Amino acid sequence: MTDYLLNRIAQILPTLVFVSMLIFGLQQLLPGDPAQVLAGEEQDPTVIAHLRQKLHLDEPLPLRYAYWIGGVLKGDLGESLRTQQPVLELVLQKLPVTIQLGGMAFVIALCIGIPAGIISAVGRGTWWDSAANAFALWGISTPNFWLGILLILLFSVQLGWLPASGYVSPLEDLRANLAAMIMPAFVLGNAIAAVLMRHMRSAMLQVLSSDYVRTARAKGLRERVVVLRHALRNALTPVITLGALELGTLLSGAVLTEQVFSIPGFGKLIVDAVFNRDYAVVQGVVLVTATTYIVLNLLADLAYFAANPRLRG
Amino acid sequence: MSHRLTPWLAACLLAVASVAQAQTHLRVGLAEDPDVLDPTLARTFVGRIVFAALCDKLIDIDEKLNIVPQLATSWDWSADSKALTMKLRPGVTFHDGEKLDAAAVKFNLERHKTMPGSNRRGELAPLAGVDVVDPLTVKLNLSAPFSPLLAALADRAGMMVSPKAAQAAGASFGSKPVCSGPYRFVERVAQDRIVFERFDGYWNKAAVSFDKITYTPIVDATVRLANLKSGQFDIIERVASSDIEKLQADKRFKVARITEIGYQGITINIGKSEQAQKNPLGRDARVREAFELAIDRQGLAQVVMDNEATVGNQWVAPSNAYYAKAYPVPKRDIARAKALLKEAGVPNPSFTLMTPTTSDAQRLALVVQAMTREAGFDVKIQATEFATSLNLADKGDFDAYVLAWSGRADPDGNAFSFHACKQPLNYSGYCSPETDALLNQSRTLRDPAERRKAYEQIAARVLKERPIVYLYHRNWLWAYNTKLAGVRSVPDGLLRVQGLKMQ
Repeated sequence: MTDYLLNRIAQILPTLVFVSMLIFGLQQLLPGDPAQVLAGEEQDPTVIAHLRQKLHLDEPLPLRYAYWIGGVLKGDLGESLRTQQPVLELVLQKLPVTIQLGGMAFVIALCIGIPAGIISAVGRGTWWDSAANAFALWGISTPNFWLGILLILLFSVQLGWLPASGYVSPLEDLRANLAAMIMPAFVLGNAIAAVLMRHMRSAMLQVLSSDYVRTARAKGLRERVVVLRHALRNALTPVITLGALELGTLLSGAVLTEQVFSIPGFGKLIVDAVFNRDYAVVQGVVLVTATTYIVLNLLADLAYFAANPRLRG
Repeated sequence: MSHRLTPWLAACLLAVASVAQAQTHLRVGLAEDPDVLDPTLARTFVGRIVFAALCDKLIDIDEKLNIVPQLATSWDWSADSKALTMKLRPGVTFHDGEKLDAAAVKFNLERHKTMPGSNRRGELAPLAGVDVVDPLTVKLNLSAPFSPLLAALADRAGMMVSPKAAQAAGASFGSKPVCSGPYRFVERVAQDRIVFERFDGYWNKAAVSFDKITYTPIVDATVRLANLKSGQFDIIERVASSDIEKLQADKRFKVARITEIGYQGITINIGKSEQAQKNPLGRDARVREAFELAIDRQGLAQVVMDNEATVGNQWVAPSNAYYAKAYPVPKRDIARAKALLKEAGVPNPSFTLMTPTTSDAQRLALVVQAMTREAGFDVKIQATEFATSLNLADKGDFDAYVLAWSGRADPDGNAFSFHACKQPLNYSGYCSPETDALLNQSRTLRDPAERRKAYEQIAARVLKERPIVYLYHRNWLWAYNTKLAGVRSVPDGLLRVQGLKMQ
């Protein structure tokens, strides 16, 4: 076990180094000069020269990488050139917001997708099935930002029930927080709900036609018990795997949703940083995201290792 | 009654009392997130909107672009125009309680001049030194006469920050700015909000009514407007012109508008790089004239801006005192355009028009493309993300570029950097020693009549060469709750918070 653990951790280090190089290198491919963008309207040559020097833009690429990674190793991700805030502070400020948005969206997706999938599988060919399928098609094909704007127009402008955008910390005011997050979470969760529904439906149909379900029915069990207790558990396995994969969709979808609802999260942070060529912020955000993925992967591997005795050897 | 009722009664009374004391709160919707809140380093237009509540300036401009007192109550030029003496308002303090006196002004102007990365250095270039004459009098010594100085002091170069706070914070001052304006800084959450609260020690306290201001950036104009309509904002800036008609029909909201001091135009590469010579548009002034004649500016303003713009052909709007009246906006003339192209030997010139990806700029490009096609032009549109387009423009890697300028109160700020040789904003590559001499001369003149004459001569030269085809001056559009009173329309497009109140 210890050997395996050490082995896996030893693999992580080169991966992280490679990722950091990739982030740094890819960013240099962005067209445009960050010093020019940051110099603002006036384009004062002395300001541009100063920014070039401050960003080490005049120095060779490997040296610039060394400056940056040296800071990172000391826990310093640099500071945003646009707002002068430390990147680490920005990341810590925005991360909880996106986690909350993603979490709520995922719960909404599960609450809609799973029941809809079951209903349409059980009532295959009925009106219910068609309705659930129509919903799924709509969910997959509706662009996030468009649905967002429509919801704002309906619930905020026409009905006045929910705030049109913005964010309130749950620690400050939980009610206001939920009111602000429910629309974006629904928009984000909607598309995933549709995907989950489709997969739930096909998995359920497969299980419902299996022998043991026929046996259960033959025993005279009620249909409810057959579906919910016997079939659902087996049908869920592929859906759980898929759900985990959809977490990635959640993060990328958050970029657009946060833009529409002006939610100050991770997605908005990185989009604005890219457009402003705020290199330090882009690098910091991508590095944190990549590290999180790698660490989560490691944890998943370890969990698998713990769960499956055959791997322990 | 009473044991049971007393607590209820007390609670009710408390509730009433708290309503009576409820803080008044102004919520402003911005179109972008401002950059660093340090007047020396700041570089965006939207940042200036926020500064208007935070940092007072030595002087200000009014609705008619007149220079009016703010921290300085009066000012005098020396006879040779090389020294400006300013009398300061007595009893003004910064938000940290420090005194705003002549020494503080000297500190600030020197900070603008010497701080690494200062964006104010260019605006204060001829400022050679600052003398403290007495605690309430400063003398600004110039190396050469420089009439645009006053307009610069009415903007960020004239904003005063607390020397003590600035020295303590060093380069990170912008994350917790301390000025002397009507509101003091409370907190900033990037991309989310900037919060100010009323400064009780403000010299003009009577004009300030809201206890608190929150600025929230929302980039999408539709969402910004939705927030106003649903009551989350009291006032929003840069309303989309297409929304104005509906807004005006709605009794709950009002619209404030004023012609901007900037402009919208098309910059043509006539000498920035070798590429200029490869294209008939950059090579031949007749082709550029034909291009201008093929454009119907009024139609353009109607389609692109829903008529929320004033057509123009110079760096200042026709209503400006420095507009050269001898060169009015030319009428569309397709026949003449075709004749000019024939004369130049290129009946169907083709070029690429680079445009930023904003919807306004792209619409403008499309309409220009359609209009000039009638005269024989073949315009290819190349939509380019802003940072990239800026870089291409700077390298001279373009034929023509749709570019807007937010404008400065003094005409020099709209003309010098664009038309003098090798200046940073001279993307067209226009360079003429005679025009340079005139532009430099205009900076030394203080008499408005003489300056107007100089600008007339500059216009005569520049408008013939057409390095920039000026199209129109947009309206600054603010929409606000009808209950909000005291909204002033100043041409710099900034929101003055003094005098604002809820009725």
